[in-house]
Amino acid sequence: MIRLIALFLVLALPLKAEEIVLGLSRDEVSITATFEGSEILIFGAIKQNSADVPEGDLGVIVTVAGPDRPVTVRKKDRRLGIWVNTESVEVDVAPTFYAVATNRPLEEILTFTEDLNTRISTQRAIRSVGATIENAQSFSDALIRIRESQGLYQTLPTGVLVEEEALFRTLIPLPANLTEGDYKAEIYLTRGKQIVDLYATTIPVKKVGLERWLYNLAHENPFLYGLMSLSIAIAAGWGASAAFSVFRR
Amino acid sequence: MQIYLPIAEVSVNIFLLLGLGGIVGVLSGMFGVGGGFLMTPLLFFIGIPPAVAVATEANQIVASSFSGVLAHLKRKTVDLRMGTVLLIGGLIGSGLGIILFNYLKALGQVELLVQLCYVVFLGMIGSLMFIESLNAIRNASKPGGGVPKRRKHNWVHNLPFKMKFRVSGLYISVIPPLLVGVLVGILAAIMGVGGGFIMVPAMIYLLGMPTKVVVGTSLFQIIFVTAFTTMLHATTNFTVDVVLAVLLLVGGVIGAQIGTRIGVKMKAEQLRIWLAIMVLAVCAKLAFDLLVTPTEFYSLGAGGHS
Repeated sequence: MIRLIALFLVLALPLKAEEIVLGLSRDEVSITATFEGSEILIFGAIKQNSADVPEGDLGVIVTVAGPDRPVTVRKKDRRLGIWVNTESVEVDVAPTFYAVATNRPLEEILTFTEDLNTRISTQRAIRSVGATIENAQSFSDALIRIRESQGLYQTLPTGVLVEEEALFRTLIPLPANLTEGDYKAEIYLTRGKQIVDLYATTIPVKKVGLERWLYNLAHENPFLYGLMSLSIAIAAGWGASAAFSVFRR
Repeated sequence: MQIYLPIAEVSVNIFLLLGLGGIVGVLSGMFGVGGGFLMTPLLFFIGIPPAVAVATEANQIVASSFSGVLAHLKRKTVDLRMGTVLLIGGLIGSGLGIILFNYLKALGQVELLVQLCYVVFLGMIGSLMFIESLNAIRNASKPGGGVPKRRKHNWVHNLPFKMKFRVSGLYISVIPPLLVGVLVGILAAIMGVGGGFIMVPAMIYLLGMPTKVVVGTSLFQIIFVTAFTTMLHATTNFTVDVVLAVLLLVGGVIGAQIGTRIGVKMKAEQLRIWLAIMVLAVCAKLAFDLLVTPTEFYSLGAGGHS
């Protein structure tokens, strides 16, 4: 394997001390009628462009982020004996899906400052600009907690497998309740907690076939879609009635 | 077997949906209720987004009510005249209800209002029906007791604009049924249901219609009100999931046919007491949810509206 990397080394123009060469198990994720969730295998090689081994521990961070959407987080409180929503916080930017896979716990391979700048950790990936409530932190924690329980946010501290400081791979599971859009996959290479290289790519997640057609019709031609839904309902109601009366005779 | 719903954007088990549709369909056919007050909370429970659940449920109710009304039409247990009067009121009411709903949405707390509406109305109607039908059964079983005569003349009969409702055997003013229609329409729009569970008792106790006619007439009116609601949701919120609706209605229409046939064989008092028990059960569940300490204090909603 080292020889293979060495071959790359000869062929490629040396730009950085270390570089990422990436592969993906799939270019896109199609949501069909029987979609039950999926997984993406992200793998690649670390290309060393100079003979001297760089200093510091190697870190590989893989993030996959779904499209950003604003979210309202509401908190329940007891009022007059019943539980009602009282406070709420608007989270302006929250990815609908977010996975962070690393070869070692994130804080061991990335400095706090680098995390602040790159917004790698889940806590940093969500942002609420206009939060005025004192303990807004507990709201964003709640957002992460709820999404984690739905499999939408994932932290995989040992999710990346690194072999001989040259090859890496990780498997990111995707749940069934995915939102459509372009998913950003980013791979960071760190040495001594500092980022030395970044590779970014997008994986489109989209509905196909009947799912696509229905979704488009519902949004582009809602009146027709509504009429279609009603005719199906009426036809089904009549059909069942007719079928049963034949059946009974 | 899982299926991905294109509008709800979740993946759910096909047989679970068919089963839910079937059970609610049977109840719908038996009692002349659309079943929305049962199905909508059940859909929330299996993880369908509330907006999609409410809109799709309206579409599904159209199917089960249509199937039910055909069965009733064959037996001539639909008062079309009364149904039309109720419908006119219903459409006015659902229009008003949607305005009210959007106003409360702007104020926040619409969720709480919906839940409280459910608890209050289900509790009230359920207990009234339960007590009344229990008394009816008790009196009927007493030797020589006989069925108590329902009051034939109350204030309802002294209003102007009288109209003959031959199928129901009534000669009353159109104002009470029109008002009942409006009230049910408003509640239907706010609670995201057909409104049969309010309509049926109102017809029996307020208008004095015979129970056998009530079910068919209620179903007839529900078809149009829910069709109107479906169109409104489809064109403004894009939340009608036709795949979900089809799965629910396949189970639902079959269930409704079975339910109608069970309903014919049962005594009117029995029918009412079972409906009362069901209504009270749903009410108790919703009240329990409001009172018990939740495991998760936070909830997520679509952002954007402040």
